[in-house]
Amino acid sequence: MKNLKSTVSVFLISSTLLCSVFSCRKDPAVIPEQEETVPPNGQSTEVRGFYLLNEGNLNMNKASLDYFDFNSGIYRRNIYNETNPEITKGLGDVGNDIGIYGSKLYVVVNVSNKVEVLDAKSGKRIRQIDIANCRYITFHKGRAYVSAYLGVVGDPKAPAGKVSEVDTAALQITREVTVGRQPEEMAVVADKLYVANSGGYSPPDYESTISVIDLSSFTELKRIEVAINLHRLKKDKYGDLYVSSRGDYFDIPSRLFVIDTKDDRVKKVFNTAVSNFCIDQDTAYLYSTEFSYQTGENEVSYKMINVKDETMLDGRFITDGTEYHIKTPQGIVVHPVTKDVFITDAKDYVSPGTLYCFSKEGKKKWQVTTGDIPAHIAFHYY
Amino acid sequence: MTFLFRDPGIYLKKIFWLFIVMAVPVLVSAQDSDDKFKIPLNDSIKAHKLKEVEVKSHRISSTNKSPVPVQVLSGGELKRTSSLSVADAMRYLSGVQLKDYGGIGGLKTINVRSMGTNHTSVFYDGLQLGNAQNGQIDLGKFSLDNIEEITLYNGQRTDLLQPATGVASSASVYLKTLSPRFKTGTKLNAGLNLKAGSFGLINPSALLQYKISDQIYGSLNTSLTNANGKYKFRYTNGTYDTSAIRSNGDVLSNRIEAALYGKLSDEGTWNIKFYNYQSERGLPGATVGNRFDYKYRIWDKNFFIQSSVRHNVNKKYSILINSKYANDRLRYLDPEITNLNGLLENEYHEQELYFSMANSYYLTSFWQIAISTDYRYNTMDANLYRFPHPKRHTVLAALATQLKIKKLDLQLNVLSTSLSDQVQEGAAPGSKQEFNPTFMASWQPFSSDQLRLRGFYKSMFRTPTFNDLYFTQIGNRFLKPEYTRQYDLGITFSKTYDDILLSAISLQADAYYNEVKNKIIAQPGNNIAIWSMRNLGLVHIKGLDLNIKSSWELSKEVSISASMVYTYQKATDANPAPNENYGDQIPYIPVHSGSLLAGADYRRIGLNYSFIYTGERYNQAANNIYNYMQPWYTHDLSAFYKTTLNGNELKLNAEINNLLNQHYDVIANFPMPGRNYRLTLSYKL
Repeated sequence: MKNLKSTVSVFLISSTLLCSVFSCRKDPAVIPEQEETVPPNGQSTEVRGFYLLNEGNLNMNKASLDYFDFNSGIYRRNIYNETNPEITKGLGDVGNDIGIYGSKLYVVVNVSNKVEVLDAKSGKRIRQIDIANCRYITFHKGRAYVSAYLGVVGDPKAPAGKVSEVDTAALQITREVTVGRQPEEMAVVADKLYVANSGGYSPPDYESTISVIDLSSFTELKRIEVAINLHRLKKDKYGDLYVSSRGDYFDIPSRLFVIDTKDDRVKKVFNTAVSNFCIDQDTAYLYSTEFSYQTGENEVSYKMINVKDETMLDGRFITDGTEYHIKTPQGIVVHPVTKDVFITDAKDYVSPGTLYCFSKEGKKKWQVTTGDIPAHIAFHYY
Repeated sequence: MTFLFRDPGIYLKKIFWLFIVMAVPVLVSAQDSDDKFKIPLNDSIKAHKLKEVEVKSHRISSTNKSPVPVQVLSGGELKRTSSLSVADAMRYLSGVQLKDYGGIGGLKTINVRSMGTNHTSVFYDGLQLGNAQNGQIDLGKFSLDNIEEITLYNGQRTDLLQPATGVASSASVYLKTLSPRFKTGTKLNAGLNLKAGSFGLINPSALLQYKISDQIYGSLNTSLTNANGKYKFRYTNGTYDTSAIRSNGDVLSNRIEAALYGKLSDEGTWNIKFYNYQSERGLPGATVGNRFDYKYRIWDKNFFIQSSVRHNVNKKYSILINSKYANDRLRYLDPEITNLNGLLENEYHEQELYFSMANSYYLTSFWQIAISTDYRYNTMDANLYRFPHPKRHTVLAALATQLKIKKLDLQLNVLSTSLSDQVQEGAAPGSKQEFNPTFMASWQPFSSDQLRLRGFYKSMFRTPTFNDLYFTQIGNRFLKPEYTRQYDLGITFSKTYDDILLSAISLQADAYYNEVKNKIIAQPGNNIAIWSMRNLGLVHIKGLDLNIKSSWELSKEVSISASMVYTYQKATDANPAPNENYGDQIPYIPVHSGSLLAGADYRRIGLNYSFIYTGERYNQAANNIYNYMQPWYTHDLSAFYKTTLNGNELKLNAEINNLLNQHYDVIANFPMPGRNYRLTLSYKL
């Protein structure tokens, strides 16, 4: 009997133990916002702050929006859900681009097949525009242009992509135009829309062109032959386009090309790899992350180009050694007034990232923790 | 939709107390009046019970005497788990986390003691199921209708006479199919089974066993599974409350297995087995904002033939020879991607050839040695851009020895692994050679054999898979193997009783510490679409597994079995700085998890209750609020009724699973089914 008692007590004690360690489900709650204070600007400009879009890893539904206020120095993390708690599953999966036009903020969410239109001041959702496999957005004369990897989804004979035109007042798709395969970034110069085509769904048969769209007829005028697998496309103030080719990741390296929009020809090639860049006035700020099949490691580099003379600059925009802490640069912008450089670090893609702010001398001013895969920033003006 | 109970916590506690309260009066009465159980039992029942007790006590002793933790689910207990697939049943074992993408067709893999899915091998009737492509076995594809027993070994199986692959992983699952047993005078067994229920499930299966001669038995088993995979799921944050139907989870699969079993004159055995599985499935995607429906499809064609011969040369020397050929094809269609060739369609073809010879020899009555050598050849082809069509040769050799001195059982083995890959494109990563030791001990400290202490140390590794190494643009040929080191100390207790209510109890408790080094992790490369595999992770795992099993004889007609499993795992990211997630619990591993299984049989009726609990988890590396996942727990109930039809047994089993209709995700954004039902009709000829 003694044995019985002891075994029973073991059973009872274990059961009680289980009870006490088992915690139960909490009531469902809105994903909360978090706040952090970083040193404010100290200089009052017409820029109120910026929105930062965190892409979130595929399938995780973790696209998120952060907001930074230059005046107060308050960095608000993950603001979408508290502002819009009624939206099922929030901002969605894999945020891919962000832009502010007029009083509205546009967020392109790739896997969620939508462009969210928010009030730029409050972050409150105004409308959702459904565009399957949407990638990037740009604006011109009251219209937004959104690139999408496929014009028609599910048609085996339709590998081409498209650009949708959205009326920014009515928030409706007005027109669509077929472009090259898997279009990426766009820019408008002289009422013409330039679209970088990648062809990323059919390696090694990448696209190698920029589609030129006439905005009045919304038809493709021509294609400019550049190089394979185009991605980034930005304009400078001299009527030139800077477009990056990703290469094929094996034998053909990544390169940066300059297109003169007066004759729509390639006028210069920079033999430098480029993952992303931004142009502010006469300077382009570049970084590149290249996986080396020789070493099995990522190699990161930072460079500057003078876009007026189209020459590589010797100077650096990070001068204090912080670059060694940045594992995976994912986004870059320059403050239009203070010339501070903002770089995001996505690290391993599955951890919260870091946003770094550098002074124009290249010294780190501050850093802050972001959401997962911080990548796209839009300045918010007063 | 509303919850039945406002605060599930209160209900949870009630269930526990109910469970305990149910047990207490039984125990009290047992102590008061032992006498009434001394009434002689009806002979046939008695014989039956005796047999059962024998089986039980044998089982208890083998698991409790093992120097490594062993958990067995078999027969009635397996049925009590209300499981459709092997994967569902594995949730009742301690130290196991099931990765479940939901539904009948969703991928289901297991992770033993947080070391990662690739560190667990799955053996089907003694031979390993291979997957050189990604090293993971989808246990959801293995239906339970012809599985007799599932055994999980931490470390390795302890039989000395086994293939070298048997010691070549950090944990092993053995699936044993129904082997033919004939009543005296009968030559034929046949059974028909029909399952139907939620998700549009219809699952007929048939079994035929024939005694060709006294030495040779044949067996044929086939099943068909058809389901639309639809179920309701719900997501809410308190403000939005969205319910929808899970789509694209349909499955149509069939399985045919044929086997011949033979006995040799020297008490040796042989068998040859043929297995064929085909399926077409929808692949449900992540339910994310604005997108719940996907159109991915997958076709599987798996086929293998395997044979095994065990020959006892003399009383001291035995040989085990195994061979296998496997051919696996997989076709994947993503209609949402169009490339220049049309819709994205990938085809993968894997083949494996395997041969093993194991020898064991008794040097003395207490000292045994064994040597086994395995050779495996894997190939993989795929219609992928720049795919290198790898071929891999693996030679394994294991040297093992066992000393059984009175109360002490010591085992030591060393495994040598030689590996070389050939590729059609690019540089091959070269050949690899590893040596890995394992040490195991079990000790009975007292004269009674009820209590034993045990422990093991095992160092092992897993080779990078073909995907890790060669997947276009992701694969990284610089990868090193991923190493594990396991330390385990445990105590086991078991006792059977003849004259009281409690007829048997067994307890296993193990504390362990594991290290996973060079963990292979996907890391971002040039852009989000292109990742690369790296040896980056270092994980430290401190754990505790607790198993209690008990059987009760309430009266000569009422028997109860109850078991409980608890797992504690602190599995932390131990990568040195700079690492913001240092010390955080690794993704998808709960600190606390456990299960309860209870069943009562009365005459022709049986009732079963099971409960599974998984504590809070994080779905990514950082333990922050955005990665937090709620605990989940499900209650399953089932009942059966047995009768006879034309003198043959007919059994009807009804299940209600996830009784409280809890909506939860095992993997973030892959919702699991709410309350669901299943009916099973089985007829034995």
